[in-house]
Amino acid sequence: MGQTVSEKIISRHIGRSVGAGDLVVTPVDGVMATDTTAPLALKAFEKMGGTKVFDPTKCALVLDHAVPPPNERIANLHKMMRAFAAEQGMRLFEIGEGICHQVMIENAYVKPGDIFIGADSHTPTYGAVNAMASGVGSTDLAATMMTGKIWLKVPESIKIICNGQLQTGVSAKDLILYLVGKITISGATYKSVEFEGEAFEGMTVASRMTIANMVAEMGGKTAIVNPKGLELDYDFDPIYPDHDAHYVDTFEFDVSNLEPQVAAPESPDNVVNISQHAGQEINYAFIGTCCNGRLEDLQAAAQILKGKRIKSGVRMVIGPASKNVMLEAMNDGTLQILMNAGASIITPGCGPCVGTHQGVPGNDEVVISAANRNFRGRMGNPNSNIFLAAPATVAASALAGCITNPKEFL
Amino acid sequence: MVHVYGDNVDTDRIIPGKYTKTLDLSTLADHVLEDLDPDFRHNVKDGDILIAGENFGCGSSREQAPIALKQCGLSCIVADYFARIFYRNAINIGLPILEIGNHDIEKGDDIEVDIEQGVVTNKTKGKTYQATQLPQVMIDILEEGGLVDYLKKHGDYQLS
Repeated sequence: MGQTVSEKIISRHIGRSVGAGDLVVTPVDGVMATDTTAPLALKAFEKMGGTKVFDPTKCALVLDHAVPPPNERIANLHKMMRAFAAEQGMRLFEIGEGICHQVMIENAYVKPGDIFIGADSHTPTYGAVNAMASGVGSTDLAATMMTGKIWLKVPESIKIICNGQLQTGVSAKDLILYLVGKITISGATYKSVEFEGEAFEGMTVASRMTIANMVAEMGGKTAIVNPKGLELDYDFDPIYPDHDAHYVDTFEFDVSNLEPQVAAPESPDNVVNISQHAGQEINYAFIGTCCNGRLEDLQAAAQILKGKRIKSGVRMVIGPASKNVMLEAMNDGTLQILMNAGASIITPGCGPCVGTHQGVPGNDEVVISAANRNFRGRMGNPNSNIFLAAPATVAASALAGCITNPKEFL
Repeated sequence: MVHVYGDNVDTDRIIPGKYTKTLDLSTLADHVLEDLDPDFRHNVKDGDILIAGENFGCGSSREQAPIALKQCGLSCIVADYFARIFYRNAINIGLPILEIGNHDIEKGDDIEVDIEQGVVTNKTKGKTYQATQLPQVMIDILEEGGLVDYLKKHGDYQLS
């Protein structure tokens, strides 16, 4: 029988053919932890007898979840991470260099065909570049840093085929929100989710990252965007599924008439067409995160906000996904457009999405956010409500002061 | 005593992100489940059991979620099924969890758990439920008290 992409990648790593359900211990090609997960991981590493990481060139620490540190406690956790990275001779991405998933892909820490383990739930994002990547917690991460291996059950795979091209004003975010709504927050639990079809083929790496990123919101173990049409700055051998690979479920959609989508509070799978919430007043608009903080996302917002001012009484926060993104957006004038429209630009990092600082909403306030989660309390205040949408929708809504279809401004 | 909740209890509800950046693990129990049930942390007693529906622990990879639940004194979590990172994290830190699909345990039921056998007895309803068998590697990890002690002892993964 043929193999899915996850089955192929794992088989190549362990040197024998495996299929869904097999338990394996596999070597990994990269390991990453953040300032939320690394401190506990470093403690666990020490306690389990770790002295040297398995390969310092394949391990990285990223300061992104609370940067610059908002208090002394977090400053001291950052200090501990810097000391560990220096002692091990491994790379530490400093405050402001960017969000873990963005810097891993920008710096080619993960490449097609790799197995990558990240101590962050959005690690499946690397399926954008044809890698098998999975999120773990701190202790698993420590064990992987020490051994260079992880135990896994080879996942069953789901295939999602999307035919047709997205309309102008409808983005990868709208598509993945729509798909999360269909598959639900638990529909891909433990599974590998493979995306293929015309809708994905013309997508940039940035858009593919948005797609793979929200597989976490389906419960998926890993995501694979079919590499057809994938362009990287280096040569690579794409890994495709076999024609007779086995999928436990296959879903097929025609997305050529898809409308902009929103996920209403308090779950990312609470997704409907934007028309159902159009006119909902908002107080706060946020664009950023590992889901939608890339140059094309900021440009989509700038296209709508150029020469205009956001609604009086509404505030807008922009968190570029990395320093590179920020520099590019600075050089091409995007940041200037956004700032002149009234937006506040924050340090590249996770910022408001994880509710630690840099933009916590007030009581009873409504947020429209380009992030990937809207659970209660997600942005730091359980008495606020978060709607998720594409960057263009967030920008259009900031302009109008209420949830607004971006097509009205295009 | 059992504490019963529904489906899709996410890790932001188990321990909000604003409290996770710490190595003082005792502080996690001060905020456990506060956005889902503000009374829980005051009512929970050592040895209590948390009962949930489907997809318990979905969302973030934060290991602080199972740690908070362990720190507050819970002896075990029973759910229809768990989100995958939470599932690994709980075993890795030595918090027993039992997956029992379609259980009908309700608030007020008198529950007894045999973790080793994976059997839950509902004395109120006069029923027993058998949990899904863990993979052997997870049983081995749990038996050592968690992944730290497992690796301290073995130095590497042992797959039988």
